[in-house]
Amino acid sequence: MSGIIEQERYTCAIGALQSVVAIPKAVPILHSGPGCGDMISGFFERSTGYAGGSTSPCTNFSEREVVFGGIERLREIIENTYKVLDTDLQVILTGCTAGIVGDDVDALAEEFREKGKPIVSVETAGFKCNNFEAHSLVVNAVIDQYVWQYEDENPIRSEKNTVNLLASLPYQDPFWKGNLREYKRLLAGLGLRAHVLFGPESGGVAEWQRIPRANFNILVSPWHGKPIAEHLSMIYGQPYTHFSHIPIGANETERFLRQTLVFAIRQGAQINEAAAESFIKREREAYYEEIDNLATFLLEFRYGLPNHVHILHDAGYVTGLVKFLLHEVGIVPKEQFIVDNTPAELWRQIETELKSVSNKRRISVTFEPDAGKAQNIIRGLSHNGRGLIIGSGWDKELAKEKGYDFLSAAVPTPYRLVMTTNYVGFSGGLRVIEDIYDTVLSTYQ
Amino acid sequence: MAISEINLRMAAVPIREVRLGSVTGFEGSAEELLCRSRCGLKDKTRSFSQCVGCATSKAACMVTLVQDGAVISHGPVGCSSCLHEFAFTYRVNSPLRGVEKPTQRKIYSTNLDEADTVYGGGQKLEKAIQEVFDRARPNVIFILTTCASAIIGDDVESVCDESEERLGIPVVNIPCEGFRSTVWTTGFDAGYHGIARKLIKPARKRSDNVINVINFWGSDIFSEWFAAFGAKPNYITPYSTVESLTWSSEAVASVQACPTLGSYLGAALEQEFGVPEIKTAPPYGIAQTDRWFRALGAILHKEQAAEDLIAEKKTKYLPKIAALREKLQGKTAYVTAGAAHGHALLSVLRELGMKVKGAAIFHHDPIYDNGNEENDLLTQGVKDYGDVPHFNVCNKQEFELVNTLNRLRPDILLARHGGMTLWGAKLGIPSLLIGDEHFGMGYEGLVRYGEEILEAINNDEFVKNLEKHAVNPYTKWWMSQTPTAFLGGGGR
Repeated sequence: MSGIIEQERYTCAIGALQSVVAIPKAVPILHSGPGCGDMISGFFERSTGYAGGSTSPCTNFSEREVVFGGIERLREIIENTYKVLDTDLQVILTGCTAGIVGDDVDALAEEFREKGKPIVSVETAGFKCNNFEAHSLVVNAVIDQYVWQYEDENPIRSEKNTVNLLASLPYQDPFWKGNLREYKRLLAGLGLRAHVLFGPESGGVAEWQRIPRANFNILVSPWHGKPIAEHLSMIYGQPYTHFSHIPIGANETERFLRQTLVFAIRQGAQINEAAAESFIKREREAYYEEIDNLATFLLEFRYGLPNHVHILHDAGYVTGLVKFLLHEVGIVPKEQFIVDNTPAELWRQIETELKSVSNKRRISVTFEPDAGKAQNIIRGLSHNGRGLIIGSGWDKELAKEKGYDFLSAAVPTPYRLVMTTNYVGFSGGLRVIEDIYDTVLSTYQ
Repeated sequence: MAISEINLRMAAVPIREVRLGSVTGFEGSAEELLCRSRCGLKDKTRSFSQCVGCATSKAACMVTLVQDGAVISHGPVGCSSCLHEFAFTYRVNSPLRGVEKPTQRKIYSTNLDEADTVYGGGQKLEKAIQEVFDRARPNVIFILTTCASAIIGDDVESVCDESEERLGIPVVNIPCEGFRSTVWTTGFDAGYHGIARKLIKPARKRSDNVINVINFWGSDIFSEWFAAFGAKPNYITPYSTVESLTWSSEAVASVQACPTLGSYLGAALEQEFGVPEIKTAPPYGIAQTDRWFRALGAILHKEQAAEDLIAEKKTKYLPKIAALREKLQGKTAYVTAGAAHGHALLSVLRELGMKVKGAAIFHHDPIYDNGNEENDLLTQGVKDYGDVPHFNVCNKQEFELVNTLNRLRPDILLARHGGMTLWGAKLGIPSLLIGDEHFGMGYEGLVRYGEEILEAINNDEFVKNLEKHAVNPYTKWWMSQTPTAFLGGGGR
C-alpha cells in the first residue's frame, strides 16, 4: 500500500499529458474532471507549449458524465477539436473520473482513426500510476496507434546510424529541452543521428513516423522509460543500450559516449572511430580548460564555499550529480534522497552504483517519495562545514532553516526559470558549477 | 431567485448552480444578463471546451494559508500537485499580513492508488490524519476530497469525526471534488462551509472595533481605512489562525474584498453567528467607494467619520483621477476575469474614462448568498456607468477569448487569472494582469490602476514584437467564426 506524500515532487498519470505537449504540434485531449489540466500546469508552471495548459481540450466531467458516462461528450469535443485547433497529432488522456466510470475511449479513438485521423488514446487515470510511469504509456500508445501506420514507408532498422533516444522526461526533467539538444549534439559527434522525439530538436510527428528506421535505441534513465525500450525491442527488434543515470560532467559523459560507441559498432553502425575519438577529446579538453581555470577559486576562496551536499531528486539526477560533484567539483555527497518512487526492486542496484562512486566513503541513499519525511531526516543531520541542498522549490525553506546554500534543480519550483539550459554532458557539468557558485556567491552582499 | 439558507448541519455545501443559480455560459450585454438574472437565468453549455479549474484548488487556497493548519488532499497524487503554488504565495506575501516567520505549508496527499479505488481509501485517510498530526502538530487538519475519493464513496465525514475525537483537534471534511460543480468557485464555499461548521464558535462577546475582511492575500489597505473609524481588520481566511477564525464570530462586521469569493462565508457569519455583513459591493469606482465608506460608517455608527474620510480622500485623489481620465479618454479595453473581480475592473476602467469593448467573465452568480442586490458590483456598475456590450460568461474558455480579442482589438486587455494575458500579447494588444485584488480599491486605487494602464499602453514594444513571431494553434476557420459559435450546443 502506498503511503502519504508530503510535498509532491511528481504528479499523477495524467501529468504525462506534458509528454504530448512536448511533441511539436501535438495536442492532449483530456477526458477528465475539470481541474486535472489546471493541476498539471500548476505543478510544472510555464509549460503550455503549443496547445497545453488552457488551450488543451477537456471534457471537464460533471456529475452528469459521472452518472451517465462521458463518451458522447468526448466525441463532440474531439470533433470540434479538429475544427478549432490546427494540430498534427491528438492524444486522448483519461482521468480518474473516466477511468472509474469506464468509458470506452479506445473504441472511440479507433472510430476517428478509421476516418483517417492521427489520434491516440491512453489510459492515465491518476490512481493508476505516476507521471514517470505514464510517460511510457503515452509513448507506447503513440507507437502502437500512430507510428505503426507509417511502417511501410519506414522500414524497420533500415538506417544503421540512426537511433531513438529515450532520456529526459519532458517537463518532469526541468532541463529536458536543453538536455535533449545536448544528447543529440553529442551523439552526432559520434556519427549517430538521434531521434529525440520531444521538443524543438525533434522533427515533430515526422520524426515519430521514422522511429522504426532506427538501428538501435539508447535509454538514459534509471528505470522510467524502460517499458518503451522493451516495447521497441519487441516490435521492431531494436536492441537498446542502457545508461542508468544522467551523464553530467566529463567522466560520465565520456563513459556514456564510449558505451554508446561500442554498442553502435556492435550493431553495425558505420562509425569513423578516429573521428569519434577526436570529438570526445576536443570536448574533454575544452571542459578541462574551464575546470583548470576554476580550480584556484575552488581551492582558495577564503570566505566559504559548500563542502557537502544533500540532493533530493529523481534517481537519475541523484546518481549523476553525486558522481559529478564528488569527482569533478570536490563537493562531498552526504545523505541522498531519491524521491521519484523508484520501484523497490531497483533500490539495490542504485545503492550499488552509489557505492561504486568512491571506495573511500559510503554514500547513503534513502528512497522516499514522501519528501516531507525526507526533509525531516535532513533536519536531524549535521555535518561540518557549509552545506548545499539541491532539490525542488520545496527545499528552499529547508535550506534556509539549516543555513545551507540552495540550488533549485527539480520540479516543482517557483524559484527558478529554466528554458533551454542543459545539465547533461560536458557543458552541462560546467553549467551545474556555474549555478551552484552563482547562488553561493550571491550570498555575499 | 430564492436563496437557500445556510445550513451548517450538512457535510457538503450545496453547489453554486443550485444555491445561487450560477451559470458558466452567456452571450449578450451586461444589462441583459442582469435582467435575466432576475427572471430565471438558464445556463448554456458548449460543444467544445478546454481545461478549466476545479473546486479543490479553490478550497485549498482558502485553507492552505491558515497559519497553523495542515491540509490533506484525499486522492491520487495529482489532485494536489499545484498546491506548492500556495506555499510560495504564503511565503512571499507574508509581510503584507505581518507574519514575520512564515512557516512551511503542510500539504499532503493520501496518494490513492488503484487498489484503493477497489477497496476504499477510508483506512488510508485515517492513517494519514494520524501521521500528519504526529508529524506537523497542527491546530486543524483540513481534508480536501477529490473526484476519485468521491466516486469510490469514501465516508470522509465519519473518518474526520472519529479522528477529531481521537486527536482533540478539528479535522474538517471539505467535500470539493471537481465534478460536483461546473462553477469552480464552489470550492471557496466548500472551504468556508467546513470552517464555519468546525472552527467558528459562537461569540463570547461582541467586539466594537474588529472587522472581518474576507479576502485572498492582497495588500493591506484596510488597516489604514478602518483606522479612520477606530477599527482594525481581521483578515480571513488566508493568514488567519485557528484562534482568529474561531472568534471571527465576535467581529463587529464583515466586509468582502470580492463577493465571488466571500459570498458564502459572509452570509454564514451573519446568519449563524450574528456578524452583520456590509451589504454593499466592494469599493471600486468613485460612486461605489462613496457608498462603501458610508455603509461602513453606518454599521459602525460613525457616519461622520465616513464623510470626513471621503472628503479628505477626494480632495487628495480626485484631481489625480481627473488628470488620468484626460490621458485615458477614449482608449478602449477588454476585460477577462472571474466574476466579481471582472465587474470591479469594468468599473475601474469606466471611471477612468475608458471605453469597454466587452468582457469575458468566467461565471455569473445571479445573486449572492446574502440575497442582497447591492452586493453585486455588476448591478452597481451598470447603474453608475451604463451597459457593457459583448458581455460574455466564458467559463475561462481560451478559444472564445482569442477569437473575440482578434475581432475587438482593444487598446488594452485587463486579465485576472493566469494564462489569459498571453493571448492579448500574441495579438499585439498590451495586456495587464494585476494579481493584488486590493490594488484598484478606493479612490487611490483608481489612481494606481490608471497609472499602470497608461504604462502598459505606452510600453507596447514587447507585445508588438511578440505579435510578429507568435505561434497560433487556432485554425483560420475558427478565427472566422463568431466567438460563441459553440455556445448553446453541448450534450449536457
